[in-house]
Amino acid sequence: MRNEIKQALIARLTALADDEVILSHRNSEWTGHAPILEEDIALANIAQDELGHASVWYSLRKELDGSDPDGLVFFRDADEFRNCELVELPRGDWAFTMLRQFLFDLNETLWLQQARDSSYQPLADAANKILREERFHLQHTQAWVERLGLGTEESNRRMQNALDFMWGYTQQLFVPIPGEDLLVAEGIVPDLGGLKTRWLEYSIQHLQNSGLKLPINPGYQPASRTHHTEHLWSILAEMQSTARWDAAARVW
Amino acid sequence: MPAKYGLPSDPDYSLRLAEFEARIGRGEKIEPGDWMPEEYRRQLIRMISQHAHSEVVGMLPEGAWINRAPTLKRKMILIAKVQDEAGHGQYLYHAAETLGVSREAMLEALLSGKAKYSSIFNYPTLTWADIGTIGWLVDGAAIKNQTMLAAGSYGPYSRAMVRICAEEAFHHKQGKEMVLFYARGSEKQRQMAQDAINRWWWPALMMMGPHDADSPNSEVLTRWGIKTKSNDTVRQEFINEHAPEILDAGLQVPDPDLHQDDKGNWVHGPINWDEFWQVVGGNGPMNKERLEARRKAHDEGAWVRSALETYAAKLQKATVAV
Repeated sequence: MRNEIKQALIARLTALADDEVILSHRNSEWTGHAPILEEDIALANIAQDELGHASVWYSLRKELDGSDPDGLVFFRDADEFRNCELVELPRGDWAFTMLRQFLFDLNETLWLQQARDSSYQPLADAANKILREERFHLQHTQAWVERLGLGTEESNRRMQNALDFMWGYTQQLFVPIPGEDLLVAEGIVPDLGGLKTRWLEYSIQHLQNSGLKLPINPGYQPASRTHHTEHLWSILAEMQSTARWDAAARVW
Repeated sequence: MPAKYGLPSDPDYSLRLAEFEARIGRGEKIEPGDWMPEEYRRQLIRMISQHAHSEVVGMLPEGAWINRAPTLKRKMILIAKVQDEAGHGQYLYHAAETLGVSREAMLEALLSGKAKYSSIFNYPTLTWADIGTIGWLVDGAAIKNQTMLAAGSYGPYSRAMVRICAEEAFHHKQGKEMVLFYARGSEKQRQMAQDAINRWWWPALMMMGPHDADSPNSEVLTRWGIKTKSNDTVRQEFINEHAPEILDAGLQVPDPDLHQDDKGNWVHGPINWDEFWQVVGGNGPMNKERLEARRKAHDEGAWVRSALETYAAKLQKATVAV
């Protein structure tokens, strides 16, 4: 593999993995605090799967550059993370969490469906494996969007607020990272342009069927994964607190 | 078939009680819908719902550490473990529902402070090593108790225990592995492990409840096969397994009187029952915070539950209209 392609693939895998780790962190904050016990179970399951997906992407990166997944998660600083800003946003209320999860899962599902045909076999294999779990997440969160959108006036208002807040942030999922064009040209990853068209079509239809309206002004749309919200520092301060607590501890 | 819950004032009570006790004596399981004394039902609801609440409240002290777990693997294990606890809460609420009580009524009793849950969760989790120690000692104590309950006379509870014990065995194993690993780790890791053992040892011994002589419910619970071993017997099984393992790991047990007697049993020093009753009575370090966290989650989830009901009703109406 040419070095510039390898570097671009490392960057893409890092972006995928970092998205999952940070979103899993936000979802884990609900554990023990969900509105019904069944959702403590379901969301913990989703958070667990996301962590599993992150491990898959980090291990593919490891095959390319020998990096240690735990080292990446627990010993990188905020400015080295490459997740999108959407996943850093505080968990908000149940409407916010479920809508973010739906929009994220939809993107992930569509991306994985195409990535099964990747010319880079380890990526194609991983996509196949992850897609099976992702279908359940999408089914679950899609149902929640509908129930809350069409439930009570309050649940509809909360969903609409969540949508107005996050719509601009979701668009970052389709911003190519530097070198992405090389990966697309090699057939390694899906083209985000085509993906965005399908994502918009599917998500807008489901949102409308759920009684929700797209915001007229989508608001801030983050463009680069080197930029973060003011929340990432605190997320990492918590996430890395034990791992960094004892400089003499070699393993945990 | 509706359950019949017998009262001592019923004309056929003595006859039926004799049949009921004979069934238990033969090792048969009592199933939902079978005749049972009202007192048997009341005791079971009390125990099963307390047990369910313990699982649900028990998610809090451990759940708080998911986001501070030091490796991806440990984080994954901890999420899975806390998820199992929610699942145990769910089966146990269902087991109690077979006795004609609703989950809503049980939750109401928890949130109003009327129902109890295991006092062990009213202690704080101060360091990461507490997560290993809870798995090893607290789940270890729970397994001893639950293995005893799995042999109990009420079918749904006994079957729930069999399933729960199988999962608890994994929790216990990972906790033990973690503490033993830190006992061989860096100086600070070792100290962290010892500090956690020091804080959790005595509360773990208290989990089996008062000494047999001071356990008011035990006699009837034993006769009806709800409990199949006494508190002190279960406590002894726990100490006999765990004390030597802690010592073998090069850690200390925080009991200067601990020794082995001539039968090979590990004998503990005096338990601070005053502390136990204080925590049971609501004055443990975390009682207020735990209950407040549950109430907050319940209140903040009210609009979600109401939306679910409204949506389901609309769906039903639409189906009828079609």
